[in-house]
This record gives sequence, structure tokens and C-alpha cells, in this order.
Amino acid sequence: MDIQLTEEQELLRSSIQRFLREQYDFDERRKIVATDEGWSRKHWSAFAELGLCAAPFRESSGGLGGGSLATMIVMQEFGRSLVVEPYLETVVLAGGLIEDAGSPEQREAFLPKIMDGSAIWTLAWAEGRSRYDFDNVTTTARRQGDNFVLSGTKAAVIGAPWADKLIVSARTSGGPRDRAGVSLFVVDRHSANLHLQSFKTVDGRRAAELTLMDVHVPGSQLLGAEGEGVAALEVCRDRAIAALCAEAVGAMSVLNSASLEYSKARKQFGAAIGTFQVLQHRMVDMFIALEESISLTQHLNLSLAAREPNGSKLASGAKSKVGNAARFVAEQAVQLHGGMGMSDELNVGHYFKRINSINIQFGDPTYHLMRYAQQN
Amino acid sequence: MELNLSSEEAAFRDEVRAFIAENYPAEMRVPNPETDLSKEQMLLWHRILHRKGWIAPLWPKEHGGPGWSITQRFIFEQETSRAGTLPPLAFSVTMVGPVIYTFGNDAQKQKYLPRILSGEDWWCQGYSEPGSGSDLASVRTKAVRDGDHYIVNGHKTWTTLAQHADWIFCLVRTNPSAKPQAGISFLLIDMKSPGVTVRPIITIDGSHEVNDVFLEDVRVPAENLIGEENKGWTYAKFLLGNERTSMAGIGRSTRYLGRLKHIVRTEVGEDDPTFGEFIKEIARVELDVLALEATELRIVAQMSRGIDPGPAASLFKIRGTEIFQRITDLTHQAIGNYGLAIREHPVSANHFMPGPDYGHTATEKYLNSRKLSIYGGSNEIQRNIIAKAVLGL
Repeated sequence: MDIQLTEEQELLRSSIQRFLREQYDFDERRKIVATDEGWSRKHWSAFAELGLCAAPFRESSGGLGGGSLATMIVMQEFGRSLVVEPYLETVVLAGGLIEDAGSPEQREAFLPKIMDGSAIWTLAWAEGRSRYDFDNVTTTARRQGDNFVLSGTKAAVIGAPWADKLIVSARTSGGPRDRAGVSLFVVDRHSANLHLQSFKTVDGRRAAELTLMDVHVPGSQLLGAEGEGVAALEVCRDRAIAALCAEAVGAMSVLNSASLEYSKARKQFGAAIGTFQVLQHRMVDMFIALEESISLTQHLNLSLAAREPNGSKLASGAKSKVGNAARFVAEQAVQLHGGMGMSDELNVGHYFKRINSINIQFGDPTYHLMRYAQQN
Repeated sequence: MELNLSSEEAAFRDEVRAFIAENYPAEMRVPNPETDLSKEQMLLWHRILHRKGWIAPLWPKEHGGPGWSITQRFIFEQETSRAGTLPPLAFSVTMVGPVIYTFGNDAQKQKYLPRILSGEDWWCQGYSEPGSGSDLASVRTKAVRDGDHYIVNGHKTWTTLAQHADWIFCLVRTNPSAKPQAGISFLLIDMKSPGVTVRPIITIDGSHEVNDVFLEDVRVPAENLIGEENKGWTYAKFLLGNERTSMAGIGRSTRYLGRLKHIVRTEVGEDDPTFGEFIKEIARVELDVLALEATELRIVAQMSRGIDPGPAASLFKIRGTEIFQRITDLTHQAIGNYGLAIREHPVSANHFMPGPDYGHTATEKYLNSRKLSIYGGSNEIQRNIIAKAVLGL
């Protein structure tokens, strides 16, 4: 099993690579992160022009039909360049949910603006005490005439300060931790009674705590079947994991080449530190970690593309294995760079921090190890 | 686990404990004392200990030490770190002070030691350079004799808290043609001297602890040389031994482990799939701490019988730093989604920080503690030392 890219996929990859090389180097990225908004609409529009925002969607939805392999290609390159723009949130999470669970009217209303880059979306599923379980929802949505009224809080929503629209999970029935009774709603970010407290994330993004105090949402904004949001979120998470694993692979590959290069150039005790056996073996282990991660990420993406029945279990397996591999590579890349690895000036620490966040998003490696084990 | 204490030693332990409880300044109890305190705040406890005569446990009585036994020093170290007090500035009290009273002349002792004890002078360490990390003997900062002065040129880096410093102790090359170790001298430089520039280095946790220090044609009086010219390597190694002994950090690890347990109990319910894994991992670290503590107590007992601990410092440094890194890692994992957030520096109440208070420093601590296996001689170097000095390989 080794993915041979089609001509079309190669073209997609090389066009992203060229764009990022020319317009998204580490200095440019640093400038973007330091702006008030913390992301670049200009670069986002360019992504849309390159077709990235339409790449994974089905042709019947107006997309380019690239599926999860297109997402994998994009995310791997974004991982290599530490792109902060909300591609995962807008295209993979929200776009995927709308395409999968949305009504024809919703698909028609929302997808074109996602694909042409004119709308930013994000997904608000976590709560202060939910940890990584989708069923752990205390935010409520009660019917009032044709509307739903949402109340509660949502935690650590990445991209919320940038978003035009949010997909919010809320309980329409059942008690906390009931699998049934969680529903998904499309909520305008500027809705009355929706409050955001924004903060910066460790990997240079913006996120927010959401407080909903009787936010009125028209019934037409219910996404998917009422009470069946957990199943929709699980499918969404599998896709997110496949994308995050690809992003981690991109970040790991940069860390490995940077470490290798540094170990050849950095001299201590009259020799390049790469000649020391202890560091050689370390870098061999980093190499192995990356190779295994590439393989598992490809395997997962192929399984999801083929809609194989064990895809979700495999997603958890990959999240655990690739997450641990990425963390090992990141920590050792910092160690190999010595003091420089600790410096904010060098890119290495920023890859380390992104890998930290990847490991938290949608559940850490231990959470997914246990989820994998429970499905054995 | 405790040492077998005599009744006098037990009374001493109680006295130390009570003194801390009554005197440790409340305003020093901030979320992250290493990054959140001003210079003046950091010195509050220093001054209190100085007035009590407890500021320099290692120092001989004649130079202002309290004249404690090895066991008393250990008790003091244990009690202060268990109580989470900010240790007095190591560069002053643990590092340069002992070098000055061991290798300095009388004039130097009189000039520097009292001001170190009182906290009037803040010292930083001019060891590492961009090209000299683990391989310290390769330092390139040059000091050329010019009459009664040395003219110093070079670039020191990773200089901790140099932004507050009055003085820097530097390893400088005085004989470029000798073997690396043989051409180094130990020089004290006034940070106010013309030609000294401090440039902040921001680390991956966003904090400003370390700096570049540039030395450009800095004129340093020759009387600021410690000991003999070109013998600096001997003094430097003496100092590094002192630096590493304190790195087991049992008190700190025990404290952070207690915090971790509290966070896991509050954040991770028994119905969470990872609960069992947290319990196991916490037990593992607790056993690591127990084993290191037992080793420390065994070595303290040997030292009080007059046995040279040898390179035990390297063992403490390796295990102590690995343990603390693991604890900060687990704490970061325990706070779940809020591990995505990090406080902005300089810390201010104006920046919103999400999640429960006890999680607010988890991310920065995990990131910051990656330095522990790098600084003070990387853990790889410590393993080389044990391989050579203990195993004879």
C-alpha cells in the first residue's frame, strides 16, 4: 500500500507547494500571527482561488471531487508550512458536516460560500467539562414555536473569533452523557445573546469561550436529524483525524529534516553532533516514527475514502499512534537543537507547539488508544 | 520518606517549617513565580532569609553561612522546596559566591560576598555562547590584557535573568594558543560597563527568562580576575558541580505531583476512558520520585559519613529533570481541551485565560520544562559523564 498520486493530485500538491513557498514562509507566517486578527484573508482568498476550499467536496455539491485524499494532500502541506488559517474548521469540519448531514437547501445555501472562500466556519462541540466525549453536552436547545433557543457554554472553540457561522452541539433531549438527544445547529456568530471571550492558542491561532444566553435559532438551522448529532460528529471526527494526522506528518517531516541538517552543521567537541552515536540512534527513531506515521495516515485516508466499516476504529488508532510519534519527534527535535530549540525565533518550537495542539484536538493519544481498545 | 532525624534535627525541621509559614511573602504566591514576579518581588524572600542568617546554607560560617551540618542543609532544602518557596537566585548564592570564597582573594571576598548575601547585587552567568553549549571549553569570548584592564569581546547567550543583573561572571579566553581548557579565565564584569548590551530571548512558552549578552570592547579591571589567569576551567567545573546537585528537585516534583492528582480528580471523572491510564501514569511517576528521593537520602547519609558522592549530581540531574518533565506533561494532558490555551507574557489580568485557574500555567510549564534536559549540561552529556566516571567506559 503506497498511494500513487494521480496527475490531478500531483498538480494540486505542486500548486500548494509553490504558493506556500513563495507566499507563506516562516517570516510571513509570523507576521500573520502577530496581526490583530491573527489570520490572513488575503492568503485565504488565494487558497480558495487555488481550488483548495472546493477540493474535497463531491462534484454533485459543486466541489472538485477530491475527497479525503485531497484533504490529506492539502493538510500535509499546511502542516509543513504551519498554516494558521481555518481550513480544518471551515472546509473539513463544517463543510464535511453540511455535505454529509445537511438538507439540500442547507447544502445549497452554505457550501458555495465555503468553496469560494467567502465564509469562515467553525465547530463548537466541546464544553468546560466534556473532555473529549461528544455526548457530554449540557448546552440545551429547546423548541419555541418555529425556533430553537440555545443556552449554555462551549469551550476552546478554535477559529470562533474569525468565524461567520458556527455549528453548535446542544441537547434537545436526554440527560448529560446520553448518546441520543444531541443536535447540531447552525448559528450566526453575530447572533444576539451569543458572547465570545477570545484568547490566543499555543500554536498561534485564536479561539474563544462561547456563552449562549437564550440564542434564538430558526428551526431551518437544525443540521441533520434532531437528537442524532453524536453520530454525525463521530463521522466528522474521523475526517478531522485523517486531516490532522496528515498535518502532523507534514510538521514531522520538517522537524526531521531540520534536525538532520542541524546535527550535521552544529559542531561541539570538535565534531558535528550528528557523528555522536546517541544522537544518530535518536534520529533513526525519529525517521522510523515518521515513516510509520506516513503509512498509517495513508492507510486511514484510503479506508475513509473507500468507506470501509472499520474506518472509525482505525481513525482512533491513527490518532493515538501518529500523535505519540509526532510528540516524540517534536520533543526530540527541540532537544537536538539545544537552546535554539527553546527559542521562539527558530521555527522548530512552533512546529512543536502545533503538534501539541494537534494532539489535543478531538482527543489526545491516550483517549484514542482507549477508544481503539474498546472496539477490539 | 524521611531521614532518621535526631531530636535536635527534628526541632530544626519544625523551626524551618514554622519560619516559612510565618514569613513567606504572600505576594510571591503567584501562578508562576519564575516568570510572574518583578525583580523586587523576587528579592523579598531573599532579604527575609538574609536577615534570619539562612540565605546561604552551603557557605562556611566565616563567610556568612549558618554553619549547618549536611543533614540540616538537606532538611532546609527539603522544607523550602516542599513549601514551594522561590529559591534565592542560584547564580549569586549557589554559583558565584562559593567560587569567590574558594578561589577569590581577600579584597574580592570583602567586596562581593556581603552584597551577594544581602541581595544588593544580582548575578548572572556568562558561560554559554552560540558556538559553546555542551562543549563549554570551546568558549571564544576574548579577554586581552591592556595595562590594568582586560578588553573583553564576545557574545554570551541563554543568560538567565541578565535583564536584572548587576554583575556577570564570565568564562573568557585569555590564551588562544593553549589547549581549550588551559586558556580560559574566570572574570567578573560589571553589567553597567560601557559595551555591555542585553538582548531578550523569548522562549517557546512566551516568557522572557533568558538573554543574549553582547560584550564589545568592555574594559574590565584586572582585579576582577578570579584566581589565576588561564585557570578558569578549574573554577568553572567546581561551579557546575554545585549547579547540578540541586537538580533532583524532589520537593518541587512532590508538590507538582500533588497538584496533578488534584487536577485529575477534579477534571477526569471515573467514567472518562482515560481515568485508569492517568491513575497508572501518576503511580509510575510517584515511584520514580520515591526511588530518586531514596537515592538522595542514601547519598546524603553517605556524605555525612564523609564519603564523596562522585558524579551523583549527574544522576540527580538526569532523573530529576525527566521526572519533572513527565509531571508537567501529564498536568497538561489532564486539563484536556484547555491545554490549547497559553497565558500571554508579560502576564496581565487584561488577557482573558479560559478554564479553571489551576490549569492556567499547565501549557507554559510543559513547554518551559523542555529546557531542563538541555541546560546545565544536557542529559546526554550527563550520561557521558556517568559512563566515563562511574562505569569507566
